[in-house]
Amino acid sequence: MSHHPDPNASYLESPAGFWPWLKSWLFTLDHKRIGILYFLGIVFSFGLGGFFAMVIRIELLRPHGLMLTHTQYNQVFTLHGAVMVFLFIIPSIPATIGNFVLPLLLGAKDVAFPRLNLLSFYIYLLGAVLAIFSLFSGAVDTGWTFYTPYSTQTGTAVISMTLAAFVLGFSSILTGINFIVTIHKLRAPGMGWFRIPLFAWATYATSIIQILATPVLAITLVLLILERTLGLGIFDPALGGDPVLFQHFFWFYSHPAVYIMILPAMGVMSEIITTHAQKDIFGYRFVAFSSIAIAVISFLVWGHHMYVSGQSLYANMIFSVLTLLVAIPSAIKVFNWVATLYGGHIHWRVPFLYAMGFIFLFLIGGFTGIILALLSLDVHLHDTYFIVAHFHYVMVGGTVMAFVGALHHWWPKMFGRMYSENWARVAFVLVFLGFNLTFFVQFILGSKGMPRRYHNYLDQFQPLHAFSTFGSWVLGLGFIVMTVYLIHSAFRGKKAPANPWESRTLEWQTASPPTTGNFEGTPTVTGGPYDYPRAGAAAGRNGRPE
Amino acid sequence: MAPPLVTNESLMHLGDLWFPTLAEKAMGGVDLLYWGIFWVSVGLGAAIFGVAVYLGMKYRRGSAAARPESEHQGMAMEVAWTVIPLVLVLSVFVWSFLDHLRSVVPPADAYEVRVLGKKWFWQFEYPQAGVTAINDLVVPVNRNIKLNMSSEDVIHSFFLPNFRRKKDVLPNRTTSLWFHADREGKYQIFCAEYCGDGHSVMLGNLLVVSQEAFDQYLAKASATSDEPLPQLGKKLYQSKACFTCHTVDGSAGTGPSLLGLYGKKRRFADGSSLDADENYLRESLLVPAARVVQGFQPVMPTYQGLLKEREITAMIEYLKGLK
Repeated sequence: MSHHPDPNASYLESPAGFWPWLKSWLFTLDHKRIGILYFLGIVFSFGLGGFFAMVIRIELLRPHGLMLTHTQYNQVFTLHGAVMVFLFIIPSIPATIGNFVLPLLLGAKDVAFPRLNLLSFYIYLLGAVLAIFSLFSGAVDTGWTFYTPYSTQTGTAVISMTLAAFVLGFSSILTGINFIVTIHKLRAPGMGWFRIPLFAWATYATSIIQILATPVLAITLVLLILERTLGLGIFDPALGGDPVLFQHFFWFYSHPAVYIMILPAMGVMSEIITTHAQKDIFGYRFVAFSSIAIAVISFLVWGHHMYVSGQSLYANMIFSVLTLLVAIPSAIKVFNWVATLYGGHIHWRVPFLYAMGFIFLFLIGGFTGIILALLSLDVHLHDTYFIVAHFHYVMVGGTVMAFVGALHHWWPKMFGRMYSENWARVAFVLVFLGFNLTFFVQFILGSKGMPRRYHNYLDQFQPLHAFSTFGSWVLGLGFIVMTVYLIHSAFRGKKAPANPWESRTLEWQTASPPTTGNFEGTPTVTGGPYDYPRAGAAAGRNGRPE
Repeated sequence: MAPPLVTNESLMHLGDLWFPTLAEKAMGGVDLLYWGIFWVSVGLGAAIFGVAVYLGMKYRRGSAAARPESEHQGMAMEVAWTVIPLVLVLSVFVWSFLDHLRSVVPPADAYEVRVLGKKWFWQFEYPQAGVTAINDLVVPVNRNIKLNMSSEDVIHSFFLPNFRRKKDVLPNRTTSLWFHADREGKYQIFCAEYCGDGHSVMLGNLLVVSQEAFDQYLAKASATSDEPLPQLGKKLYQSKACFTCHTVDGSAGTGPSLLGLYGKKRRFADGSSLDADENYLRESLLVPAARVVQGFQPVMPTYQGLLKEREITAMIEYLKGLK
């Protein structure tokens, strides 16, 4: 580590020459640079997963397929799921926005363990390399859920893909530990627990799940690998195992994992809404504790993936009630966000558009979640396109909208440059419209009976499938437009001021882009995170608070 | 060649916006609950999002609206929007649980059929009649029917959209599913749990017929057919779901094509080879794993016990004629 960056220079500043530049990035201990490294990996993964998604949609234009064999189609939908879940959406907000923003939000110089942070990134990279290796060594065809005994018996590269998920899990665990310690130990003087910005609360809840649930997935995947290599009978009945046991193990992680995906998105929402409404959050403690409540309940609902697996009626009953309880803290958050707008000074800039998009789509994702939690309805809808539509509404309509919103919110901070507001609006409209066109019809397909993971389908379903495919092109175009203007902005964009949104949280109280040391001296906190001026004081100057 | 798919008009074009035609009236509560939640969700969703947009516009930056000295904590509101959703979700839970209870506990007088899921077809056995059928499940109308199901390989799932019922079919235990058809008709059976290459063509039909037609069906199925052999073989190619994996036009599917198979030299995965004669064809039907053609996986299930002797010869004669 020969390069000792100047703590008062921009974190993007690198020593002259290609090799010193490269070295300064590959060995960086700066949380902001590590966030950018993750960002590159995650954008690449999103592109890869998105490519598979487009192939799926084009293939489904016709009821008997266009260009793929059954096996190839099964490989493509598996890779879409595995890449999107393990390489993109789980690390998306925590690893990029979390790494970049969390220490700044807390007024800290870095995360608690910078070396561990860099190690997490390289573990992520190793996992990604393994996953991509598996594409070329007989791409896996089990679905991203790796259900046994199919996954024990298929001839495709199950081991390298599960090994990739296993390795990626460690990256997730280490990041979780790092964030929890950071939030406990590195808050700026004066920042008590109820003065922490809500994104940090959400990250805290996420980290708890990452640390407690991920090891269960790791153990499950190791058992699966042992079964395939050594013939140990754990899940495959042909070897004396029980396939439903795998489902219990798998969902014990993977259900909490969907809250790893959505909780940080909810944290982002609180930051975007308060900043762009210039208003203190309504019901701070309710929003904060609802994150923790979601994290706790998330461990007790895994059986709702297994209503038709033959598990007992009592288990079904209990899992159904517990699942419905998740709706309560989620609803609390939505109500508090909406109430926050009351009496604010709302500037409808692009991040706020994404926040409104999130509320709209998350409402649909949430209501259909209630439908799926109910036993009599889920029996019909389980394993149909209704499920596919529901989780895309939550994961894309929720997490991806929040991730993209977060990107537009913190972009000026991350790169020190502004993007084209108009092009960003165009991209928002395309993404929002394209998403609904693609996925809303899938609710109808599913309730009509169309099962998921079908390469061929009944002719009667073709019009809706074709509609969904056309929608996916609009969605894809939206992301292409976004890529173009963001790349343009990163190199040619107008220089961003330190605090373009007039936000009150700490990350905006330093330069854009921040200096390597984050702040000049240590910031001291004397109030809540969103102490925007109250109404009476803000009457003058065009209604703008000062 | 694309395998022929069974088209069932009762799924997409009949029924209401969301659901296919309901073939069991007693399950009407499921649809009603869905519609109830749908409209409540549309109402609540429009209200919540509407309020958000309204507030967003009214208090947009620069607007003249007066900003009240607002409370940042509102205990009464917090309690209201915690308790009201809680009451709502618990009431729909009770409704759904009662329907679920009814739909999964089979009545004692049900007529039982044995279901075996295999890659990639459904086998139905009527134990009392000694009849076995592939992919077509024939049942009498207005009777409680109970299916006792298991799998020969991986997990499948038996899905009857018109009856709002689904149950996984497992390789290591028996699961059951019961239903009661009110009306005669042809209904779709899907495999809903991903099971590999042929998952999307693992389709079946539920044929609900009158009691007399059902009795006739069983009697006819247990009698020996006197159809000409190649014609019978051609029928069996369809009804025993051979088409799922084997084409007759020369293109490879999950298994090798059957076109021009007879008399041709076959090369096997273990390096051996053989001219395809009658006994090879017989062995391939009854012990498919004995010789696996190069480039293919040993995934074909045995037809031992599924084909009568005359049916085996019929298959052989049919295959001989595919040139």
